[in-house]
Amino acid sequence: MKPTETPSEAEPPQRRRLRSVGLFIGTVVAAAVVAVGGLALLMNVMERKEEGRNPFFRVVELTDDTEDPSIWGKNFPLQYDDYLKTSDQSRTRFGGSEALPKTPSEADPRSIVAQSRLEEDERLKRMWAGYAFSTDFREDRGHAYMLDDQTYTERQQVSKQPGTCLHCHASVYVAYRKAGDGDLIKGFEAMNQKTFADARKEVTHPVACIDCHDSETLALRITRPGFLEGIRALKAHQGIADYDVNRDATRQEMRSYVCAQCHVEYYFKGTEKRLVYPWANGVKVEEILAYYDEVKHKDWVHAETGAPALKAQHPEFELWSQGIHARSGVACADCHMPYKRVGAHKISDHHVRSPLLNVQKACQTCHHWPEEELKGRAVAIQDRTFRMRNLAMDALMDLVDDLSAARAAGVSTNDPSLLMGQDYQRKAQFYLDFIEAENSMGFHAPQESVRILGESIDFSRKGQNAMRTLVTPKSVAAVP
Amino acid sequence: MKASVIKGVLVGSTLGVALGVGAFTFGYAKGWSYLTNNPAACANCHIMNEQYDAWHKGSHRSVATCNDCHTPHSLIPKYLVKAENGFWHSFYFTTGLHPDPIQAREVSVRIAEKNCRRCHAEVVDQIDSRAVHGRELDCIRCHRDVGHPNR
Repeated sequence: MKPTETPSEAEPPQRRRLRSVGLFIGTVVAAAVVAVGGLALLMNVMERKEEGRNPFFRVVELTDDTEDPSIWGKNFPLQYDDYLKTSDQSRTRFGGSEALPKTPSEADPRSIVAQSRLEEDERLKRMWAGYAFSTDFREDRGHAYMLDDQTYTERQQVSKQPGTCLHCHASVYVAYRKAGDGDLIKGFEAMNQKTFADARKEVTHPVACIDCHDSETLALRITRPGFLEGIRALKAHQGIADYDVNRDATRQEMRSYVCAQCHVEYYFKGTEKRLVYPWANGVKVEEILAYYDEVKHKDWVHAETGAPALKAQHPEFELWSQGIHARSGVACADCHMPYKRVGAHKISDHHVRSPLLNVQKACQTCHHWPEEELKGRAVAIQDRTFRMRNLAMDALMDLVDDLSAARAAGVSTNDPSLLMGQDYQRKAQFYLDFIEAENSMGFHAPQESVRILGESIDFSRKGQNAMRTLVTPKSVAAVP
Repeated sequence: MKASVIKGVLVGSTLGVALGVGAFTFGYAKGWSYLTNNPAACANCHIMNEQYDAWHKGSHRSVATCNDCHTPHSLIPKYLVKAENGFWHSFYFTTGLHPDPIQAREVSVRIAEKNCRRCHAEVVDQIDSRAVHGRELDCIRCHRDVGHPNR
């Protein structure tokens, strides 16, 4: 026997045992992995099948008086979750809002506001000289802020705002019916004549489910008297008598009309401050101006020049109507609330926002091009419009300079040349503001936008021309 | 009991369980239906509901089913493509890693394009005779609504 006797020869059975234990554990692990994989797949298939069943649970009863959107949200949690996201503040190149910190005060408890457009472009202040917009005008924020931003804007302090404003800054459907003892229009009339502060007490929420949806059928429904009457006047002008939008509009039309309840040009008519959409001659800018001229409406008298001026207000519906998307039957909701997939549900994205923040769903459903290409197209349109808007703004400033100079020189207020200059200012300014106040920087109707801005420049220069016997036209020599 | 018997039982039951779970999952997920030409099979997963619904409204519903446009026509390539697509479709649907709206891969677009040209050869030949070789027009660039107008 060798003394260094043989662990190696005693080992084989041990090692063999070890190996078979290893094999056993390995097999168990492999089998477990296969089982986990198989069952996970099975469960996934089951879940997907479950998704495909489209269950709907009516957990609360909704009525025509259910104003609080969180109650609707119990039946429609997917839509409600998205609706809450309109509090996001994200920028696009020409729209959207930055969240700027602000020290809350007694008069204005907001701790965050959007950037001031007046600081971005001083010319706006001058365009609106003498009007409340020259004191405070900020980039729009999402729907979630519509009520607060209107309640706390400095415009409230420099001028007496009527209750009419709430027509589009709050969920008013229930409040109107309450104020009118069940009659929507009567309530509307009553609220218009209150002060903003008094009327503000009657409302609680920014735009809510009930403003666009019937509580029983969930179908889209128009609740805003301004639009009910405005679209009726527009259709009458187009030869359709007795138009009732809730009876006569198609579903696809309604997917724009519910937005057009508020995203439109308007004015407050008479001492009763009735909200009117000026569409009796049509919705093109010249048709709206013709209407204002006919009814001799002015929003204010320009502080520097004495011109009877008009302020255009976010005419998104009007401009969109002139564009290729409207012509192709594409509704507001198709791009601003595109369909999205949640499980097997196909729902409208209730996070209403700029399509530029959601190109994939908003654009690529129809336009099969890469995202960067589509964004590039939109930005090219907006850059061109912005360039024209700046030219129009400069031209308007020149006209305002000339008018101020003429007034300073003591030209009679009845001087026909001065009056002509003032009228051209009214026109130039309204046309310019029609694109400036519109929230797409030309995208909703690109050619129409540059046409309007081109005409605005023309009006400003014609105005200067009309007064060339009174003053030396400003900056004519400076044009390169 | 002999070790080899235990081993046999263990391995056998492992394989059996895997096979059973696999077979059940296959059956539960209607795996067999993917071997057919029935368009309903393509909408087994709800992700294709829109395309399936739209196909019913499309101009080609009475002359072409999903496979007529989306798979090659000879037997072996057809099932190879079905297998490859089947794998990726399951993978993306299970993991949810797909773009939305869903997009066709380059290879799938080419298959569909070939199928347009197969049925419409006569018309297409006349158009192509004018084209520079290699730069023929894509049919679906203009006619993309014929299969399932998703708008």
